[in-house]
Amino acid sequence: MAAGFKTVEPLEYYRRFLKENCRPDGRELGEFRTTTVNIGSISTADGSALVKLGNTTVICGIKAEFAAPPTDAPDKGYVVPNVDLPPLCSSRFRSGPPGEEAQVASQFIADVIENSQIIQKEDLCISPGKLSWVLYCDIICLDYDGNILDACTFALLAALKNVQLPEVTINEETGLAEVNLKKKSYLNIRTHPVATSFAVFDDTLLIVDPTGEEEHLATGTLTVVMDEEGKLCCLHKPGGSGLTGAKLQDCMSRAVTRHKEVKKLMDEVIKSMKPK
Amino acid sequence: SPRLHVGSGAVEGAMQADAKIRTESATESGPRGPSCSLRHFACEQNLLSRPDGSASFLQGDTSVLAGVYGPAEVKVSKEIFNKATLEVILRPKIGLPGVAEKSRERLIRNTCEAVVLGTLHPRTSITVVLQVVSDAGSLLACCLNAACMALVDAGVPMRALFCGVTCALNADGTLVLDPTAKQEKEARAVLTLALDSVERKLLMSTTKGLYSDAELQQCLAAAQAASQHVFRFYRESLQRRYSKS
Repeated sequence: MAAGFKTVEPLEYYRRFLKENCRPDGRELGEFRTTTVNIGSISTADGSALVKLGNTTVICGIKAEFAAPPTDAPDKGYVVPNVDLPPLCSSRFRSGPPGEEAQVASQFIADVIENSQIIQKEDLCISPGKLSWVLYCDIICLDYDGNILDACTFALLAALKNVQLPEVTINEETGLAEVNLKKKSYLNIRTHPVATSFAVFDDTLLIVDPTGEEEHLATGTLTVVMDEEGKLCCLHKPGGSGLTGAKLQDCMSRAVTRHKEVKKLMDEVIKSMKPK
Repeated sequence: SPRLHVGSGAVEGAMQADAKIRTESATESGPRGPSCSLRHFACEQNLLSRPDGSASFLQGDTSVLAGVYGPAEVKVSKEIFNKATLEVILRPKIGLPGVAEKSRERLIRNTCEAVVLGTLHPRTSITVVLQVVSDAGSLLACCLNAACMALVDAGVPMRALFCGVTCALNADGTLVLDPTAKQEKEARAVLTLALDSVERKLLMSTTKGLYSDAELQQCLAAAQAASQHVFRFYRESLQRRYSKS
């Protein structure tokens, strides 16, 4: 009988749960789904990470290649993120050129990388004006159940921590680059941006980590990206119901606690990894 | 009947309203007081004959032209049974639209969806087309203002008006409202906020750069104060337009 009610009146069904301050999957309003992360699973990539937020599964693979540095910044490298939402992850996506959701997610990740200064682009330069690294970060969603932005940001961060770049020297005589695959070093990750997403219901209620169904019923969404010092890298609120300053304040405090949880999880996983 | 721009006999419906807004807030907060001065803005409505509503919004040297078509017929694949389908197309001044434009279109579309009473026109489409004419800083805010004025001109039912305000935070913590392109480049963080006219709640926000929580609240307060001026300008410009006819 509940299943019938849910199909006919999904919003009313949902409101019944919200009145009791919980959600259909049993979570509290401020509780995240179980987060698991697996780092370094793709051996052919220079860095990789798989993140699961409940059912939402996102994998990030990073490949490093050579490129000529940009002419207007000869001492910098490139970081090129791309988020792909294939038809595999959800029935609403079709194959072909990236849809709007994928483009918006790619732009969001590019903004997070840019704003948080997660890596100094100068670190990616090998020889100013001649050679630099370009990191292609491909983020692919394997299972879409809401809160894609949080999962992508976490996957990117974990994968970047896993990236090992070989040492490159430029041969003076031939001018060619010589790569020493035996000597690899990790990237210098300066900050750890962590995203926390909220969904707004009926213009008043804020819930954390929405699932796919909840996102569909919500009247607005909000994503806060915070680094460890409590500085905000990004406040992404694409329209939807209005929020007051006080509600924003609540979101910030939740984002701070989430940052601690995520950082702890990531540090544990990295420590437990066997050295290559 | 086609409504023509100024210069022809049928001037009804086309008018220009200027407003120069400058507020110097009484700073008791010492050297970190915000300097609230919005650039000169101007708005022209009903200048295009084809769209149901159009508006051109100028903020300093930034200018955006908006056209609204709707409520009109919608493709069966895109129709929503109980609401109007809103679509936003943003065309940059040079080049083809890219991923950044798609991202901005989504922001503007969701902001419009929050205020437009879509349930009054189910199974229809409302299309907002924005063309960037010149970009001298605060572009997204100008796009939002132009979209709002165009929606009003088209007579689309809305439950509130909205406006865009840009705040730039400098390295020393000073706040500049409505920054120019140069100020945006030199700033540590640039926040674009959209506020609604009824309760001044935050409808949309997109930010660039690093800033703290307290600075966010400061920007929000400054934006709420500045939005009052923008809404007053909207009201005056519409009053002048409808008082003629």
